[in-house]
Amino acid sequence: MIEAGLSRSVVRWCPGATGVTGAAKLSGGASQETWRFDITHPDGVIGAILRRSPKGYGAAPTRAAGLAAEAQLMQLAFEAGVPSPRVMHVLTPDEDLGTGFIMQRVEGETIARKILRDDEFAATRPHLARQIGCVLAGLHKLPLDKLPELRSRGATEEIAEFERDYRSLNWPKPVFELALRWLRDHDPGPSREETLVHGDFRNGNLIIGPDGVRAVLDWELAHLGDPMEDLGWVCVNSWRFGEIDKPVGGFGSREELFAGYEAAGRKCDPERVKFWEVMGTLRWGIMCGGMMQRFREGPDHSMERAMIGRRASETEIDLLRLLAPRGS
Amino acid sequence: MQDEPSPIELTKAVADFLRSDITPLISGHQAFKLRVAVNILDLVTRQLTREQASDAKEVERLRALLGIDGEVTDLNRVLADRIARGEIDLATPGLAEHLWATTMDKLAVDQPNYASYKRELSRG
Repeated sequence: MIEAGLSRSVVRWCPGATGVTGAAKLSGGASQETWRFDITHPDGVIGAILRRSPKGYGAAPTRAAGLAAEAQLMQLAFEAGVPSPRVMHVLTPDEDLGTGFIMQRVEGETIARKILRDDEFAATRPHLARQIGCVLAGLHKLPLDKLPELRSRGATEEIAEFERDYRSLNWPKPVFELALRWLRDHDPGPSREETLVHGDFRNGNLIIGPDGVRAVLDWELAHLGDPMEDLGWVCVNSWRFGEIDKPVGGFGSREELFAGYEAAGRKCDPERVKFWEVMGTLRWGIMCGGMMQRFREGPDHSMERAMIGRRASETEIDLLRLLAPRGS
Repeated sequence: MQDEPSPIELTKAVADFLRSDITPLISGHQAFKLRVAVNILDLVTRQLTREQASDAKEVERLRALLGIDGEVTDLNRVLADRIARGEIDLATPGLAEHLWATTMDKLAVDQPNYASYKRELSRG
């Protein structure tokens, strides 16, 4: 039935298109869904992706930028040469498909473990840390006056917000308390410059092919803030998927990341990057706690969610490795 | 006193049954869910095996660190509060060692294959 709605939509804005086939849901929570489908066209099939909130789920969670902003950011990134899918269409109310947008499907791999282990990526892996630096620099250079309206969030506000999230869990964790103290003691204050921050730039949210990074996905946490936040988050140990000696997503070193970033014409601040890595590690730990809470109280009583609660201890050992390393 | 087999033995028997007899029969998303289920039973088995001894040692360390007595949950709450208030920090003798020992005991139950844990374990 979604195919009928999509067919009615594509023939309106895609010249020559005759309909769609093969619609399949890739992921979906209560409020947001991702579908893949193919647009039938005399020149050949066009692969497409739908991101939408179904009808009745218009309101975005507080931290999310919203699907309209996401579409605008992806299109801006695409036009600026940052690897990104091309946005083909923003849904309109009369199409009855909910709110969201349709973008061109980029082929490639997002599953981090495959990218880190499979032979087809062996040649590109050594270059990815540097390339990621370059992509992030491009993203941080997007002109502020063209961006959609986004929340602005610096280090001090983020510490306060994570502390509030953590306290609301009523889940006393001495290691998290230690991390919160450390963050307050090392709060770098407002960034010298405020830029677009992707907010969830990491291994798992990148489409990668044998030729390198093809697209940056999941812009829903985009905001304005300290550009070093993205560099710190991509280094969080949870996104190295076992390759713990290669801080940048399990691909390579911070030095390579910084070199790629600076070669693209932007300056790095390694102290700030370290601050955001600690912050990011704690952030994922608190998110694990949130999953546990939703498992207990919420509608999602799944085993997977329950087990994510038990992954908070991974962030505790990583915080200790950052803040109280042994044998050093 | 309850009869035997113990909960550890019973849980392990269920996990072994699911792993050996049911896993080959199932595919797709259900196979993924089954793997999660087996992982949960394995975690429970590890916790039942280790919790009593690790909690006892944790309480011993917490009593020395805090100078008060209590249950493991209450003592952890007090430690968290004192760190939050800045009364205890990494300069406090014994805090780093306590947090490391406690965290290693958690990983031994939660994620014994986590790379950071294996690295720290190899330090001895």
